[in-house]
Amino acid sequence: MQTTSNVTELAAISKRMRREVIEMITAAKSGHPGGSLSAVEVVVTLFFDVMRHDPANPKWKDRDHFILSKGHCCPILYAVMAECGYCPKDQLNTLRKLGSMYQGHPDVRFLPSLEASTGSLGEGLSIGIGMALAARLDKSPSRTFVMLGDGEIQEGQIWEAAMFGGFHRLDNLVAIVDSNLIQLDGFVRDILDESPLADKWSSFGWHTIEIEGHDIGAIQKAFAEAAAMKNQPTVIIAHTVKGKGVSFMENNPKFHGTAPTVEEEARALAELA
Amino acid sequence: MPAKTKFELKTGLATREAFGKALAELGRVNPNVVVLDADLSKSTYTAEFGHAFPERFFECGIAEADMVAIGSGLAMAGKIPFASSFSVFLLNKGFEQLRMTAAYPHVNLKIVGTHSGISIGEDGPSQMSIEDLSLACSLPGFTVISPADEIATKALVTRAAEVFGPIFIRTGRLKVPVVYAADQRFEIGKAIQLIDGSDVTLIATGLMVAESIRAAETLETEGVSSRVIDMHTIKPLDRDAIFRAAKETGAIVVSEEHLADGGLGVRVAQVVAEVHPAVMEFVGINNTYAESATPDQLLDKYGLRAVNVAAAARRAIARKR
Repeated sequence: MQTTSNVTELAAISKRMRREVIEMITAAKSGHPGGSLSAVEVVVTLFFDVMRHDPANPKWKDRDHFILSKGHCCPILYAVMAECGYCPKDQLNTLRKLGSMYQGHPDVRFLPSLEASTGSLGEGLSIGIGMALAARLDKSPSRTFVMLGDGEIQEGQIWEAAMFGGFHRLDNLVAIVDSNLIQLDGFVRDILDESPLADKWSSFGWHTIEIEGHDIGAIQKAFAEAAAMKNQPTVIIAHTVKGKGVSFMENNPKFHGTAPTVEEEARALAELA
Repeated sequence: MPAKTKFELKTGLATREAFGKALAELGRVNPNVVVLDADLSKSTYTAEFGHAFPERFFECGIAEADMVAIGSGLAMAGKIPFASSFSVFLLNKGFEQLRMTAAYPHVNLKIVGTHSGISIGEDGPSQMSIEDLSLACSLPGFTVISPADEIATKALVTRAAEVFGPIFIRTGRLKVPVVYAADQRFEIGKAIQLIDGSDVTLIATGLMVAESIRAAETLETEGVSSRVIDMHTIKPLDRDAIFRAAKETGAIVVSEEHLADGGLGVRVAQVVAEVHPAVMEFVGINNTYAESATPDQLLDKYGLRAVNVAAAARRAIARKR
């Protein structure tokens, strides 16, 4: 696959991925557009620039791992994996349909090149720790990236895992919190406020970086900083906009888990032209 | 009446201790085996592995949910992890993680619960696991094993590391009688007939195997010929052994140190109903939590003794006609 560090190219891929996400979810008539769109730049930068992986050899032992712990946002992961060549692009519109490899939440039984089945929130960071421990034991250069939602981290298991990762100094582990400030029932600050979020992670022993999560240059810089960290895991708190790129979805809790209508799809694609 | 093998039941190791020894031995022969524990390694006996192979031993602290999912992550990365805690914490606190990270993606994670059943004694019901077989068996693709003694434990723990897939092994705190010769062979999913008989079959698992052997000896003095089967694998069940027991003896008693609802008994009954309906009786814990007392007092009070198995066998035989 073609990789790139060019910000303009990564931005162009990101825009294409946004279109794929809108088309997939509209065709499925259900799904989670908001958190898929907020995660686009981070996932694109990881797969096209940062991670060591090979779609022709998906089980390469020393590959880097990506776990989408906020599994409901799988449309962006499927779109990016298809763009990389892991799975067919022409079937993306079978999302959520009987027999599709593109299940409603990531399912390794249907898409074996996924690193983990997710969808019940709060578990991906622990799985990532297991992978990071195995890499450390095997003296493998493999690194593990886990994307968490800011709603998701209300789950207690995240903090069990955060405590473990910090205590065991897993510097081959990177967590990304997609901090789009919205969860299903509304705004995170109204439901169960997490502030001061960076301080919480720091106090659990994590190197903490805060970035504007749609700024590809900032994302690249943050991952480079994480790669250079020794004896400490890194968390990147990516301040993002839920529904980013589609004006009527941005910061709108309705589009956490509602598919666009065909009319809305047309408007969204026009904005993403 | 054919003469039966007389069993001299000598007390051996607790199955948790046999597990610890087997695990340390596995560590020596297989560098891929890793172990996780949640602050109970002195009680689960994983400490022996931890001392021998500190780099492959992960103390997770009192965080069972995290431990189970970390174990799954290690398995996804090619390791053979054994995650251990008391059964009650492993299955109850870790259940969601067992479902999502081990069963659903069918991962090569082994979990070993100790302190199963009520025979832990004085610590009481908060520590007593009486639902674990039911919970573990409800997970698609899981294999569920409940060894009767130290010989069975060692063999089945070793076998579990050799086969791919998620496995739960249930062990206990109490020292239990040795029912097997050292060279006994075990195969996951294949029940072992310890005594042959024609009037009734006593199917048991865990420490109820020894109680069922004793019950068979009592019944023999009454002229009743009992078959005794150790159902060490609860899932997948040995359907053939159950079919033959139903067909050839017409009466089955299932005994387990577990809630009678949802454990081995109901699973055997399902097979009996499907393959060859027969009279059945069940010896287990009946819709209650136990209490603090000595293990012996508890096994007496909650009806998990040879005398209870024998009484159930008499009831079953009486109902045959």
